[in-house]
Amino acid sequence: MLNMLAVEKLAVRYGPVEAVRGIDLAVKQGEIVALLGANGAGKSSTLAAIAGLVRPASGTISYGGKSISGLPPETLSRSGIGLVPEGRRVFASLSVAENLWLGGASHASTTDRKHRQAEMEERFPILRERTHQKAGLLSGGEQQMLAIARALMAKPKLLLLDEPSLGLAPQMVERVFDLIASLRSEGLTILLVEQNVPMSLAIANHGVVLANGRVAVTGTGAELSRNSKVSETYLAA
Amino acid sequence: MDVFLQQCVNAVSLGGIYALLALGLAVVFSIVRLINFAHGEIMTIAGYAVWISLASSVPVAAAILLGVIVALLASVAMERVAFRAMRGASVTSLLITSFAVSEIVKVFFQNGISARPVPIVLPAWMSGSINFGFLTISVMSLISIVVVVVSLLALSLILTRTTLGVAMRAAAEDFAVVRLVGIKANHVVALAFAISGFLAGVAAILWVAQRGSVDPLMGAAPVLKAFIATVLGGLGSLSGAVVGGFAVGVVEVFLQGYLPESVAPYREAISLSIIIAMLVLRPDGLLPAPNVNRS
Repeated sequence: MLNMLAVEKLAVRYGPVEAVRGIDLAVKQGEIVALLGANGAGKSSTLAAIAGLVRPASGTISYGGKSISGLPPETLSRSGIGLVPEGRRVFASLSVAENLWLGGASHASTTDRKHRQAEMEERFPILRERTHQKAGLLSGGEQQMLAIARALMAKPKLLLLDEPSLGLAPQMVERVFDLIASLRSEGLTILLVEQNVPMSLAIANHGVVLANGRVAVTGTGAELSRNSKVSETYLAA
Repeated sequence: MDVFLQQCVNAVSLGGIYALLALGLAVVFSIVRLINFAHGEIMTIAGYAVWISLASSVPVAAAILLGVIVALLASVAMERVAFRAMRGASVTSLLITSFAVSEIVKVFFQNGISARPVPIVLPAWMSGSINFGFLTISVMSLISIVVVVVSLLALSLILTRTTLGVAMRAAAEDFAVVRLVGIKANHVVALAFAISGFLAGVAAILWVAQRGSVDPLMGAAPVLKAFIATVLGGLGSLSGAVVGGFAVGVVEVFLQGYLPESVAPYREAISLSIIIAMLVLRPDGLLPAPNVNRS
């Protein structure tokens, strides 16, 4: 199957700090790839580089067969890459409806956008109830739903999720993972950065474990679930 | 009582001008963290545009419209030429850039036109006043109040009903995520400068109409008050800037009206002391910005 996203020898640097030191990564159309690793392993920096928030120091990123390294986030968003950032980062002082509005603003006509908003409210009924409320007043789980819905408003082809379960109550964590699995069954391709290793590997087609900015282990979700090296990598870091 | 009402009208009309200027500063600051010291020069540019138009026998209404349009374009041009290259730089670097822009524009007008004021003659009815029986109000004050209210309403419609307007409010919170959802950073910033320039243009017309002349330094005094207003309201907060602008106007007009003659020379000192006292009580300003951005 086609590689929707291919990352080769990617390096990301913040001044003297090397966050990512030459990683390879591929995501095929319609699959979930879990990008795992301890804090500071370079997961978020990898996502930031793919989404255009930071410029890679070296290496290539290609999407749909074309190089996208160094393109600005606006352009990448318009070409179908959606990022749900770490910490949700909903626009707290804007209403739920305005958050969704911006999510679809550069991707759809006004009528299309309203249609999509209705779809999102159907998928996440809580967002309909809270439509005029400020996003900052939602609970963590609700904000996560909103952040995902905001990204889905753009009808992305590739969804990058950065720690979607972080800080959520256990049953909310389960809902988030169910949602991710069902988005895949609807045809979305997903690159998932997570701390929750067992649940991520349970839904992922492939997993990539990073340690100190390098790829430590890769394999299918099932293989990695059985691989003792995965948990060692975490303990070592 | 009638004196008090008259002072209220004066306070609202002066405060309204400060509010427009403060709002223009806040709109830009909230998004690009630029404290724009060249804001006063946008006023000056608007003033000279009106003066040149009138001197070329353009009708008054058209000259005023031209003044506002020129201010808007000048503000967008400043961003394009001077501030865009500095995007993401520290607050200090941005501040110094704006000083440079301000000085260049000032010197341009001092050498190119004149360091002395040039007169602007507006129709006589504008400088008249209307008698409501118990209360006499100057036409200019009334016009100021109406124009300020209309401008504020128009701005709030832009900020709540248009995509770029909503994106501007979002950008004040988290610009990176606005870009992540596909909205072009340059469009949002350009809109902020356009709004800022428009508001400065409107304020300039009202200011010039009251004093009847334009000079290269005329923007300095009102914009200084507007800076105080933005700090008083809460730096980066739009509603705060408006409230701060009116507050500064009220303090200034009432001190002018009611201070005994012996302390009148200390008016500015007293008004600034009152503002410092307000800031001691509310250090983040009267209506602080919801959250200062994290990127």
